[in-house]
Amino acid sequence: MTMLSPQTREKIDREIAKYPADQKQSAVMSALALAQAEHGWLSTEIMDAVASYLGMPPVAVYEVASFYTMYNLQPVGRFKVSICTNLPCALQGATVAAGHIKQKLGIGFNETTADGVFTLKEGECMGACGDAPVLIVNDRRLCSWMNAGKLDELVDELKAAAARGEGNPVHAESGE
Amino acid sequence: MNAPSEFLDYGPDAILMAGLTGNNWRLADYVARGGYNALKKIILEKIPPEQVIAEVKRSALRGRGGAGFPTGLKWSFMPRQFPGDKYVVCNSDEGEPGTFKDRDLLRFNPHAVIEGMAIGAYAMGASRGYNYIHGEIWDTYLRNEEAIAEACAAGFLGKNILGSDFTFHLHNHHGFGAYICGEETALLESLEGKKGQPRFKPPFPASFGVYGKPTTINNTETFAAVPWIINHGGEAFLELGKPNNGGTKLFSVSGDVERPGNYEVRLGTPFAALLAMAGGMRGGRRLKACIPGGSSMPVLPGDVMMATDMDYDSIAKAGSMLGSGAVIIMDETRCMVKSLLRLSYFYYEESCGQCTPCREGTGWLWRMVNRIENGQGKNDDLDCLTSVADNIAGRTICALGDAAALPVKSFIRHFRDEFQYHIDHKHCLVKPYI
Repeated sequence: MTMLSPQTREKIDREIAKYPADQKQSAVMSALALAQAEHGWLSTEIMDAVASYLGMPPVAVYEVASFYTMYNLQPVGRFKVSICTNLPCALQGATVAAGHIKQKLGIGFNETTADGVFTLKEGECMGACGDAPVLIVNDRRLCSWMNAGKLDELVDELKAAAARGEGNPVHAESGE
Repeated sequence: MNAPSEFLDYGPDAILMAGLTGNNWRLADYVARGGYNALKKIILEKIPPEQVIAEVKRSALRGRGGAGFPTGLKWSFMPRQFPGDKYVVCNSDEGEPGTFKDRDLLRFNPHAVIEGMAIGAYAMGASRGYNYIHGEIWDTYLRNEEAIAEACAAGFLGKNILGSDFTFHLHNHHGFGAYICGEETALLESLEGKKGQPRFKPPFPASFGVYGKPTTINNTETFAAVPWIINHGGEAFLELGKPNNGGTKLFSVSGDVERPGNYEVRLGTPFAALLAMAGGMRGGRRLKACIPGGSSMPVLPGDVMMATDMDYDSIAKAGSMLGSGAVIIMDETRCMVKSLLRLSYFYYEESCGQCTPCREGTGWLWRMVNRIENGQGKNDDLDCLTSVADNIAGRTICALGDAAALPVKSFIRHFRDEFQYHIDHKHCLVKPYI
């Protein structure tokens, strides 16, 4: 159980309380999201810890983790940036924005910068098309109207945050 | 448009979004606007549940999530006598490309959704509920956690609401990136902590829903409309729209317009008027095509749209569907092949993989459109695309197969020349902008 901090376990307990007593499995999505917020990604050991905490077979947890695209089954950089390129966003400049951030970071989609700070992902609809271009930083922070200027500001802000040790924990596996 | 500038501007006929500033979402603000009066009324006056359902039926409120099913009728499917818990579930898993209205409702008027759910629970005799919120809008999820806590503290949710014997426990549940969970039975699976793979129907959720209990699932905007209907009467709501198409509707306008955003208009409003509210075409360009109801619905040529009114029946008559009310606007500079390519990739990516025609077919569609876009199209590709689409639609457990097939068929039907040009000339007819 050392994979899940007391703080994370307390938050998971609050989620479990939302469901009938015999339906703890309903909390698996939030438990995995909370575990990911703690560790940055979901290793097999972390998923097994969630399974044991919720009394689920590990394979049932793997199924969920691999089905929903926001779970990271591989280590990511300090900041995972997912940018939506779907049609409504593309019509409002998302393709240009995606090109800009790729060039700025020197990586493509599903790649991590050599310094381990950024992982770039191509997202699907975030339900915020009116704010396009939109992107999400580390699953939690939705950024709207991301033109080139705002992208540059965001990259600078996140670099500074990474230098302060913020963002996802750094793992040996991520090439650091 | 007439609203003072400190208010968010959803249009002069807005009722769900009227008087919102972006900051007045809390319970005290909602109550000051007359919020929770509808719930108080039905509880304190002990209005029979059947009467609440009859009022919703009179309003001609139809499901705002995409299918347009009459809400009152859906509520009447719930078994009246059932030993044990019944559930109401709000589908806020808004991820249909082009749709972003529920996010505004949940951000700026969350208590309208909560009150609507509580009224629905009262009418259907449900004691438990969940609001399934799209995983990508975390701030909005947290705000709704706060809103539910406020409503519980004020006695509008929980045990013995307003001192009555009506009990309704409501919680939020978040997704984590799966479009398919907007399908109601996939949503139930996901709520149970499983992969979001749709269930075969029947049994329908009203008899076998979450945890096998009777369950009714409505869209966020549908629930949000209910308090207004109880306060003003079903007849008044119906009169805002037109027969069989009651009320106002939030339309999410995206793409090549000056002011993308949400606009709440009476059902039956001419498309041209909605387009004007969104500031008209960006840069004054010509309207080439429009998907009027979210990416899953058939595309229509601009001139057809300009002659259409925005309601369920008019859009169906024009050859598409109102769907979720996501209006995607494309101007004359847009390549239809490239546009379809992006949508086809989306359905390929989001197919849950359960049914073979969808799992294999969506990939096949995407690869064919991809080779046409990249100058490697073959002459029989267009017929083959239509044939594959025909063999997906209607042959899968859920509507995602249809959703992947409809754009393909409609893009080819209305813009066949453009696809043929790509095949013949190995490049695009219009200057590619996206």
